[in-house]
Amino acid sequence: MNDTQWPLWEVFVQGNPGIPHKHVGSVHAPDAEIAIQNARDVYTRRSEGISIWVVPSNAISASTPEDQGAFFEPSNDKPYRHPTFYKIPDGVKYL
Amino acid sequence: MTLQQAKFEYLLRLGDSSLIIGHRLSEWCGHGPILEEDIALINIALDFVGNATSILAYAAQVEGKERTEDDLAYMRNERDYRNLLLTEQPNGDYATTIARQFLYDVYTFFLYEELKKSKDDTIAAIATKSHKEITYHLRHTTEWMYRLGDGTEESHQRLQNALNDLWMFTGDLFDMDEVDALLIKEGIAPDLEKIKEAWEKHVKEVIIEATLQMPATTIKQTGSREGRHTEHLGYLIAEMQYIPRSYPNTKW
Amino acid sequence: MEDSKKLEQFEAKIASGQKIEPKDWMPEAYRKQLIRMMSQHAHSEIVGMLPEGNWITRAPSLRRKAILLAKVQDEAGHGLYLYSATETLGVDRKDLLEQLHTGKAKYSSIFNYPTLTWADIGAIGWLVDGAAIMNQTALARGSYGPYARAMVRICKEESFHNRQGYEIMMQLAQGTPEQKEMAQDALNRWWWPAIMMLGPGDDQSPNSEQLMRWKVKMESNDAIRQRFIDRTVPQAEFIGLKIPDKDLKFNEATGHYEHGPINWDEFFEVIKGNGPCNAKRLKDRIEADKKGRWVREAALAYAAKREKEKVVA
Repeated sequence: MNDTQWPLWEVFVQGNPGIPHKHVGSVHAPDAEIAIQNARDVYTRRSEGISIWVVPSNAISASTPEDQGAFFEPSNDKPYRHPTFYKIPDGVKYL
Repeated sequence: MTLQQAKFEYLLRLGDSSLIIGHRLSEWCGHGPILEEDIALINIALDFVGNATSILAYAAQVEGKERTEDDLAYMRNERDYRNLLLTEQPNGDYATTIARQFLYDVYTFFLYEELKKSKDDTIAAIATKSHKEITYHLRHTTEWMYRLGDGTEESHQRLQNALNDLWMFTGDLFDMDEVDALLIKEGIAPDLEKIKEAWEKHVKEVIIEATLQMPATTIKQTGSREGRHTEHLGYLIAEMQYIPRSYPNTKW
Repeated sequence: MEDSKKLEQFEAKIASGQKIEPKDWMPEAYRKQLIRMMSQHAHSEIVGMLPEGNWITRAPSLRRKAILLAKVQDEAGHGLYLYSATETLGVDRKDLLEQLHTGKAKYSSIFNYPTLTWADIGAIGWLVDGAAIMNQTALARGSYGPYARAMVRICKEESFHNRQGYEIMMQLAQGTPEQKEMAQDALNRWWWPAIMMLGPGDDQSPNSEQLMRWKVKMESNDAIRQRFIDRTVPQAEFIGLKIPDKDLKFNEATGHYEHGPINWDEFFEVIKGNGPCNAKRLKDRIEADKKGRWVREAALAYAAKREKEKVVA
């Protein structure tokens, strides 16, 4: 068997209840259970988290920088998706 | 024997075991099989140093002779140490460390679960905090028991050898004397016979799941209750205590 | 797009303060330099565990033992963050470690000095971490996203390292004559290596200009060194220790300390592998790796068996 440092896993930690998991870095691990344990030991040494996700790094598909224009610029001209686009008279509540 | 004496003696048993096994784990620092595991081992070692500090501080208080936790850790001799024989065994290869840790984690898992209910509030409070840590330690070592036991032929053999070699020190875990008798009566400490049953069942389950064989029953070594240790402890505490011993009455 | 055009955009992006991310286009020289710097930095953390780890089993109180364990563990963690960040550039940690083990990759010269007494643990925290923090806070503003983010995290976590070291030195300096002597001896041995670990003088450090423009290097070695000296000298005076530099003097006009000549021959000898502990450090790392191999293999074999079971089921 070839010697390895084990596959790479991406680590996502939820800092507090109700907020999303955030990418914090990666660890090497032979499988999911050890990946979770390693992530716990590496990324929550100072009580930074209450929940951990791990994902094999090679399972993540990402958009490329070249996609940036085609993917994200078209939404720039759709201000009507944001609530501040609409004028509401003073005094109207709960909108 | 007074209740105070029994309590002091009992606290030394708990605190010394944590201190010594923590010391052994800390010897791995920078030498672990992979960076992630280095970090995991230091985490566990840190938990033990913390636990030992709390327990020895309380022992010093119970004793009432104005000694501190550091006095107890650094100024007692080999024969005064009350840690379990298992905890002082050298690290050996990684399989030996995992086997030693697993056997000890199962023990403390059930022991501290009972100590949480101790009628001594301080012991109960320390046990409650520590039991959470122990639960994680046990999860970690159990997973490694499976991986080494059911990994490669080499890892299987190494772990089996380690278990066989360490097995003789497991009788010491459940040795009881008048200290236990008194504290059981007062509801301060649990009956180790009960812990033994739970320990044997759990250890056996994991060993079988890990595709290993239960070690043959050999004559069990005991002696930690009276401070009769294996030869390894002397070296360990000589190293640990050397600074405070070389410079008495000095603050660091 | 042509490379020259890409380069222009790349440099404009950096100039405007944006970070470069792993999938962004980058000049090969940028990638290479980052891999070299980041892996060196990672190796330094890992090798750096050894001189301090040397004293964990002999720490003189339970409190000191816990602090030192936590600190050395942080270093392992920081090594891990840095290896991870380096891996985003398309290299494998295994290859990086191999470069360390074969002597192809370097690590900080400072860890090739021995820790001889307990005071050395104080001196390392105070001086070595002190110098490293100067460097790292600058690097946290660097242009490569993963490296900068790792640096931010590391700087935040390392702030206690420096303090615990100074606390040890202070305790010794205020202790018995023997303790004070121990502290002064440690300062004598660690001062110059700490000064040198920030790298050769600007006159000896080639191709800095491009690296500064690309925000790979944020400040010159001499500038960081000056700041380190300016901050550290008063700290030594405060606890009554003497910096081992007879030429050291404060220049009222510039507001800076001026130091005596640095023995760069020693520095380059250590870098070449001829320091007191180079061989020992490398041997320890190689041995740990060798002894760990069957463990790593076992875990992979176990995982493969479980995967196979899943497929069958």
